[in-house]
Amino acid sequence: MSLRRIFIVLVAVFMAWVVPGEAQTVPEKKIGNNSVLLPAIPRGQGDHCVADADFMRRNHMTMLMHQRDETVRQGIRGKPFSLKECVACHAVEGPDAMPVTVASPQHFCRACHDYAAVSIDCFQCHASRPDVVTDAGGQGGVVRGAARE
Amino acid sequence: MKRIIFSEIDGRSTGFRGLAAVLGGFFLIGLAAVLYVEHAGHYVTGGSNQVVWGLPDVFAMFLIVSASGVLNVAIISSVFRKTPYRPLERLSCLLAIAMLLGGLMILVLDLGRPDRVIVAMLNRNFKSVFAWNFYLYTGFIAVVVLYLWMQMERRMNRFILAAGLLAFAWRIALTTGSGSIYGVLVAREAYSAIMGPMFVAMSFSFGLAVYILVLLAACKGIDREIGAVLLRRLGRLLGIFIVAVLYFATVQHLVNLYAAEHSGVERFILLDGGIYTLLFWGGQVIIGGLVPLALIFISSRGGAPLSGRTVALASVMVIVGAFSQLYVLIIGGQVYPLPLFPGMEVSSSFYDGVINTYTPSLPELALGLGGVALAGLVVLFGMKLLRFMPATLANARTNT
Amino acid sequence: MSGKMKHTGIAAEFNPARRKFLGAIAGVASVTLAPGVILYGITRSGDARARKPGTAASPDVRWGLLIDVNHCDSGCDKCVSACVEENGLQGHGRPATDPQWIRKVKIHDPDTGLSQSLPVMCQHCAEPPCVDVCPTGASFKRADGIVLVDRHRCIGCRYCMMACPYKARSFVHEEIEDQKTYAPRGKGTVEACTLCIHRVDSDRLPACVEACNDAGGGAMLFGDLKDPNSEIARRVARYASQQIRGDLGLDPGVRYRNLST
Ligand code: HEC
Ligand code: HEC
Ligand code: HEC
Repeated sequence: MSLRRIFIVLVAVFMAWVVPGEAQTVPEKKIGNNSVLLPAIPRGQGDHCVADADFMRRNHMTMLMHQRDETVRQGIRGKPFSLKECVACHAVEGPDAMPVTVASPQHFCRACHDYAAVSIDCFQCHASRPDVVTDAGGQGGVVRGAARE
Repeated sequence: MKRIIFSEIDGRSTGFRGLAAVLGGFFLIGLAAVLYVEHAGHYVTGGSNQVVWGLPDVFAMFLIVSASGVLNVAIISSVFRKTPYRPLERLSCLLAIAMLLGGLMILVLDLGRPDRVIVAMLNRNFKSVFAWNFYLYTGFIAVVVLYLWMQMERRMNRFILAAGLLAFAWRIALTTGSGSIYGVLVAREAYSAIMGPMFVAMSFSFGLAVYILVLLAACKGIDREIGAVLLRRLGRLLGIFIVAVLYFATVQHLVNLYAAEHSGVERFILLDGGIYTLLFWGGQVIIGGLVPLALIFISSRGGAPLSGRTVALASVMVIVGAFSQLYVLIIGGQVYPLPLFPGMEVSSSFYDGVINTYTPSLPELALGLGGVALAGLVVLFGMKLLRFMPATLANARTNT
Repeated sequence: MSGKMKHTGIAAEFNPARRKFLGAIAGVASVTLAPGVILYGITRSGDARARKPGTAASPDVRWGLLIDVNHCDSGCDKCVSACVEENGLQGHGRPATDPQWIRKVKIHDPDTGLSQSLPVMCQHCAEPPCVDVCPTGASFKRADGIVLVDRHRCIGCRYCMMACPYKARSFVHEEIEDQKTYAPRGKGTVEACTLCIHRVDSDRLPACVEACNDAGGGAMLFGDLKDPNSEIARRVARYASQQIRGDLGLDPGVRYRNLST
């Protein structure tokens, strides 16, 4: 356990050193295999993450935990560090053109966790890919019928 | 007062090694069962959404309740100044710690997420009886270790009384707290506020029975003899405790019967509850109560000595009764349906209005036995490492 | 029925820019996001009360349900299947250990011969015993009265299930896959009806209530008991209603009308 912790910390420190500079200039490079030291991290959709990519690399765990408590216990929603939103925006397409689950080593969250030997239990409960069902059924729900009384 | 000589046990005999191997085996099987259940999920146990606490909790409660009971032997000696019990103090403390550890192990490993014990330590709800018990259990271990220290370190001997008093107060709180886990459940008709005090009485009886058995076994294993006087005292004390438990059980059921809305659950336990009725009358009342009571008091009439065998038999019966009682209480109390709509006939897809079923599974039994094995291992190695056992328990010394 | 109109559809999408846009218009009552997304009839308390993103649940609100047993058809379990569908509660075919957040209970009065059928779910007590007994504070009551399990803190001790008079809670006995993104659940923790908190927080009705309305039952009314102008508050003020095991003094937020006990 402690050995693992030490290792994780070392890796995190190491990445904090190495990754940012590269990421800011040419983010795509991360996907390429030009560095043996870096895992291939798939890029999220859109231009930006919910915060600066460098900040995310270092602090995503703290931000997630904080927002988690706010959302669950106080009902605060719509803030940036939502796990549901990370999963949605960082969905990675698998060979079947469907987003992969965390069972796949390509999954965004696994890309560096595997590398850094971090294990998280979040996806025992949380879906690791966006809902497959869309508007019609899953989300827009309320509205289908009218209350007749 | 004469000095009592304590010593370590040798620990190289085949008996010791054999026992250690058996206990170690049960402990490992228990751990394997936990891994299996945690991996597959609790559906492989006998538990369900209707009966949420099963056999492991029976074992855990037995160990925890008895843990504070075995401590009585030490307390009788140092607080109530009964010198015959003096040589038995240390073993009493060791057993208390060991059994509490065994019980705690079961409780923790039966959780849905044992990996989250840290979470439980960081977040505490002080309204919860469970949370109090967390302090009561860990505090108990600390208090007993302190108490032991006062006993084992000669310079500290003068604090024995103070430490004993603290331990006494703590163990009463602990058993009351354990009983209140059930006592506070307003909606469950089988339980009431009497659970707290009743658990205290249960702990006296179960704990002494365990103590007697361990003492007899240990003395036999290392060829130390027990004086007849001491044995007779212990036996008759057990008899008194058995009466106390029977008394509480009587009050528990009579009072519950009196409340008309609870007559259903009482009828279930006392009359037509199948296995639960059988365990209540056969296990708890007859084997665990009346028979050992008769055995002890009839054999020791008119100052007659009690044989080790008689006392041991009575103790075994008390323990069988203890398991029956806890099984009826914990599982019987859940099997009987919750009354959502009193007076109505109720049915649903979620077992409303029906008597639930619970069949203990092998992994649950293995976990329970694993906890007992842990307690045994702690006692065994405790005796080997530190001076717990008196050099002799023959009459001459114990009569001072 | 108030006959108010309400538009509450939120398209499923994960584009934060679009979300922000939606957030900005959340207070506006008449935007049609997609054809047909108009709700007539029972709505949430009042339009102005829709909570803004980023704000906490308010103690000035108490969400509750009023269930009219006379309108509940004994053969209908639309509310149950809607809940299963919405929260991804499909079981493993093992009824003793599969979770149920809402169930239909049939009651029969042996004295009068009257039979009734009604849905029972977490009753969202004002004085919830599950919250009192929970050792880690995982069981808690949100400011707006919804009783929840914080499954990040739940250690699976099941004491809350022992304490709940309504058998409202289930323990997750097996591994779960393919959860809904908005309704995480997982092995080893305790769960129960959340009043569809993900819907309530985005100003929509709980799935059971919606399904009951869709089926034409209209037996379930959801709303804010503390808002004197809400339909539910008006009705409970006007007609007798009762709480299951009201004698226990737990003050559930779920009330029943025309219940014969
Ligand atoms: C035992 C199940 C479980 C586990 C494990 C779990 N969660 Fe959750 N989580 C939930 C539930 C249930 C909710 C409530 C969802 C809601 O109300 O919308 C939730 C909500 C959240 C939210 C707020 C909703 C969102 O999607 O933004 C965040 C953030 C979150 N969890 C983060 C985490 C993180 C990070 C981990 C891993 C360290 C984790 N959770 C592990 C069950 C779980
Ligand atoms: C709107 C889409 C979007 C959302 C939502 C989002 N991300 Fe990102 N994320 C991105 C993009 C795009 C990048 C690449 C940005 C860059 O390189 O500047 C990125 C980068 C990252 C990185 C750095 C990866 C690397 O290459 O080293 C981490 C870590 C990260 N995101 C974590 C998260 C977490 C955790 C969440 C949820 C709280 C989240 N993201 C939500 C789009 C998103
Ligand atoms: C840029 C690489 C990277 C990416 C991408 C990444 N993580 Fe992490 N994550 C880490 C590192 C490194 C740690 C370990 C930090 C530590 O323990 O100090 C970590 C730790 C965590 C932790 C805390 C674990 C613990 O037990 O302390 C959580 C929760 C977490 N990550 C969630 C996520 C989620 C969810 C995603 C996907 C949305 C994600 N991470 C993507 C690098 C990453």
